[in-house]
Amino acid sequence: MARLNSPQELHRFQEELLSRRPSTASFVSICAGTGCLAAGAKEVIAAFKEEMEKSGIAAKIQSKETGCPGFCERGPVVVIYPEEICYLQVAPQDVPEIVAETLMNRKVVDRLLYVDPATKKRVQRESEIPFYKKQVRNLIGNNIRIDPRNIEDYIALGGYTALAKALFQMTPEEVLQEVKRSQLRGRGGGGFPTGRKWEESRNAPGDVKYVIVNADEGDPGAFMDRALLEGNPHSVLEGLIIGAYVVGAHQGFVYVRQEYPLAVENITIAIRQAEEYGLLGENILGSGFHFRVKVHQGAGAFVSGESSALMTAIEGKVGEPRPKYIHTAIKGVWDRPSVLNNVETWANIPLIINKGASWFTQFGTDGSKGTKIFSLVGKINNTGLVEVPMGVTLREIIYEIGGGIPRGKEFKAVQTGGPSGGCLPAELLDLKVGFDELTQAGSMMGSGGMIVMDEDTCMVDVARYFLDFLSEESCGKCVPCREGIRQMLKLLTAITEGKAKEGDLQLLVDLAEVACDASLCALGRTAPNPFLSTLKYFASEYEAHIKERRCPALSCKALVSYYIDPERCQACLRCLRSCPAQAISGAKDTIHVIDQDKCTRCGTCLEVCPPRFAAVRKVSGEPVPPPLPEEKRIIVREREGK
Amino acid sequence: MRSVVLEIDGREVGAKEGMTILDAARSVGIQIPTLCHHEKLEPYGACRICTVEVESRGRSRLVASCVYPVEEGISVRTRSEKIDRLRKMILQLLLAHAPDSPVLKELAQEYGAKEDIFDKEPSFCIHCGLCVRYCAEVKKLNAVGFVGRGTKREIAFVPEVASKVCWDCKECFPLCPTSALQAAYMLVEAFAGSGPGVD
Amino acid sequence: MELERVDGIIERHGADPSSLIQVLLDIQKENQWLPPEVLRRVSERLQVPMARVRHVATFYKAFSLVPRGRHEIHVCMGTACHVRGAPRVLNAVQEVTGIGPGETDMELTFTLKTVNCVGCCALGPVVEIDGVTYGKMTPSKAAEVIRNYK
Repeated sequence: MARLNSPQELHRFQEELLSRRPSTASFVSICAGTGCLAAGAKEVIAAFKEEMEKSGIAAKIQSKETGCPGFCERGPVVVIYPEEICYLQVAPQDVPEIVAETLMNRKVVDRLLYVDPATKKRVQRESEIPFYKKQVRNLIGNNIRIDPRNIEDYIALGGYTALAKALFQMTPEEVLQEVKRSQLRGRGGGGFPTGRKWEESRNAPGDVKYVIVNADEGDPGAFMDRALLEGNPHSVLEGLIIGAYVVGAHQGFVYVRQEYPLAVENITIAIRQAEEYGLLGENILGSGFHFRVKVHQGAGAFVSGESSALMTAIEGKVGEPRPKYIHTAIKGVWDRPSVLNNVETWANIPLIINKGASWFTQFGTDGSKGTKIFSLVGKINNTGLVEVPMGVTLREIIYEIGGGIPRGKEFKAVQTGGPSGGCLPAELLDLKVGFDELTQAGSMMGSGGMIVMDEDTCMVDVARYFLDFLSEESCGKCVPCREGIRQMLKLLTAITEGKAKEGDLQLLVDLAEVACDASLCALGRTAPNPFLSTLKYFASEYEAHIKERRCPALSCKALVSYYIDPERCQACLRCLRSCPAQAISGAKDTIHVIDQDKCTRCGTCLEVCPPRFAAVRKVSGEPVPPPLPEEKRIIVREREGK
Repeated sequence: MRSVVLEIDGREVGAKEGMTILDAARSVGIQIPTLCHHEKLEPYGACRICTVEVESRGRSRLVASCVYPVEEGISVRTRSEKIDRLRKMILQLLLAHAPDSPVLKELAQEYGAKEDIFDKEPSFCIHCGLCVRYCAEVKKLNAVGFVGRGTKREIAFVPEVASKVCWDCKECFPLCPTSALQAAYMLVEAFAGSGPGVD
Repeated sequence: MELERVDGIIERHGADPSSLIQVLLDIQKENQWLPPEVLRRVSERLQVPMARVRHVATFYKAFSLVPRGRHEIHVCMGTACHVRGAPRVLNAVQEVTGIGPGETDMELTFTLKTVNCVGCCALGPVVEIDGVTYGKMTPSKAAEVIRNYK
């Protein structure tokens, strides 16, 4: 492959690629993102290769291992082009049929299609599936068409056109103005105006500047950056190079968490390929601009995803945050101007340059322009990645795209913004999603994690969970965070164990104030948010735990007791045999009874009791009903037909 | 060095660009409590007890005065109900670790901090970092350092270095506000030759 | 681990002090843990004080300063998995293995770690053993899977 030495050569190469791949060409995309791989995509991919060889069509039809399209609940996902036929939950044993019917005869295998739960009709085209239809997939839409390890797929779809435009048709100042006009705000959590950050670095004194991709994605439940970096690494790289051009940086870093080995691999390959094709490195596309990128792995620390901590980690030191009174855009890595942006922020740049700021601003609200990818997880039917314009309501995301709560349970809360965010109750389902709207409601956008919770989730436990998370992830340097979280966790744990004392809640509120006001970094300053938001919207749950030693959600182990309803028990022996504490007595035809002294509340009996009996019950705040006397426990069964 | 004029507690204070609010305040005799600050060391910004209120361009924020650079025209308050409340809680959190520390007891009296708000914690280190930073920045020996993270963070001597240099030095000992340092040293002396990560 | 291999890794990163974390990651990957003599070598060759090497090695979760078990069990405790019942799964795992998070059993069979989100939230609760992902875990299913590894 010859280097591309000018925008004209890039354009010619694009045309050549397109002529080799007419839009009518048939190919098979199989999602090879981490989620689908965990669900068995590797075997599906191997099955396709084998089957296509056997049938002799491997020469005419290509199979592609692609990036994550986001419909993770139904993986492994396979899409067949040009018809865009989407098959879900594909197993290796389905592959011969798919090859024979669809690839060779263009016939659809109905049983693998999506079934609309409302109309009960099967949906054939990927874009017609309600989960996708209501999204605006500007960023993630291409993932299913691209093999992330092949730069030509990206170029064929118009990749690197924005870079060529920026380098040859615009000055750095013009590119900056376009980004400012787009009103793009950082997608990592801070929501800081991207253009302003770039401008600060551009104007800062110094010859050596840096641009950095923050791919640390530490918020539990958020995986959109993983999908973008694994699935379309060039989109991020292209944005980064454009940013470097504006700021005047010649060295960039991609900081990826080591927990994402596939993302590390794919971005490393992408960097190498971009260099081979003349799109990165010395004299990019013949423009005279040079820029190199290095991959730096994280080593398992949430706090190191904070921008100043990340820069300290790049310097090889312990990733502790620094007080940020002087913006890192002015004094960052090695005290040099450093622009750090999130993966998703960088991925937006090529779109803004290609299609213009006015195109971008047509999406979103006044304060939050563009689209945002949310990771919709937890108690939700359609778990996955959802890309929508800012301003869409929580209700639309959770019900229309997410398909609502499974098993007929009731929605209770949605947690946004990770450990720095808050829980929003049902009354706020019509809230429009945007930076300022979420912050005003007591939560925040964060990186876009949206964790749905139902009636079985205890909100006090949620607050405790996040403080537990942060107690380990705090760097430990400053007192308000390290000690504040330490004590808040103790107090909340006591509440979930029914050991709360008078004044504990007030002390929690006082500690929250100190952490919010005096912590060194944003981790500490936002650590109390889950507690404060759950106290605001679910105060009754706190009261029940503290005053009645009752967990309304029947979740807190220490406050819940299990018993077997004698009216429903059919003495099938299943729970008796599974109980790890051997706490259940009974026999075939003798009602099972849980010995409360031995019971460890592990929940196994509830799990294994057949749904048609559903005899295991939980109570909280009251004693279990006394067990039947032994004589009454024998089940007399009616024998039929004798 | 450009000169900068700012207001602290209603007084006009002349300072130089590059100074911190703490430096500027001390230069005119205004007291701000500190625990992790030392003139021979780079400011650390970890104890947060030096937190003050800064008003600049109509916006008010709470900042650590030991690291916040002076700016022309800002207005600083070193005491207020809010600030006093913050300092009191910080002290109470630290008293749970080191109730007998003289410097903490003195500050506790001034701010009304009580030692029994929180249960006693096992470690008496308050993480001021003076020992670690002094050994790194002044002695350049790095005989003692931090290990771990979050609520599990601790100080620990590096036995192979400490065994060679500490006996004749001990310059960090008087810096420790709680004598946790001395305890850590005793520990490494007694257990020289065991533990993970060290020989 | 032979010091030659350590030196090789250090060279690959240009023996630059700022590559400390990357060097330790490569060693951890190859050796599964960071023995004391390896840390000393890294400190010498990268010219980084031992105190700092040790802080880095104990600050980041990826590193282990003790040998690990033959099978590494990771139980995801991310929010999505938590909400779907991960704590009960963890309890079951602890019961079957006899160890708690961060621990390795005496026979070096298992090392148990909790991790904060592996990005497979649709399959939650998730347990990873030796890199193989087990999704939609329940306490009894997790116990069974682990018993198969014994």
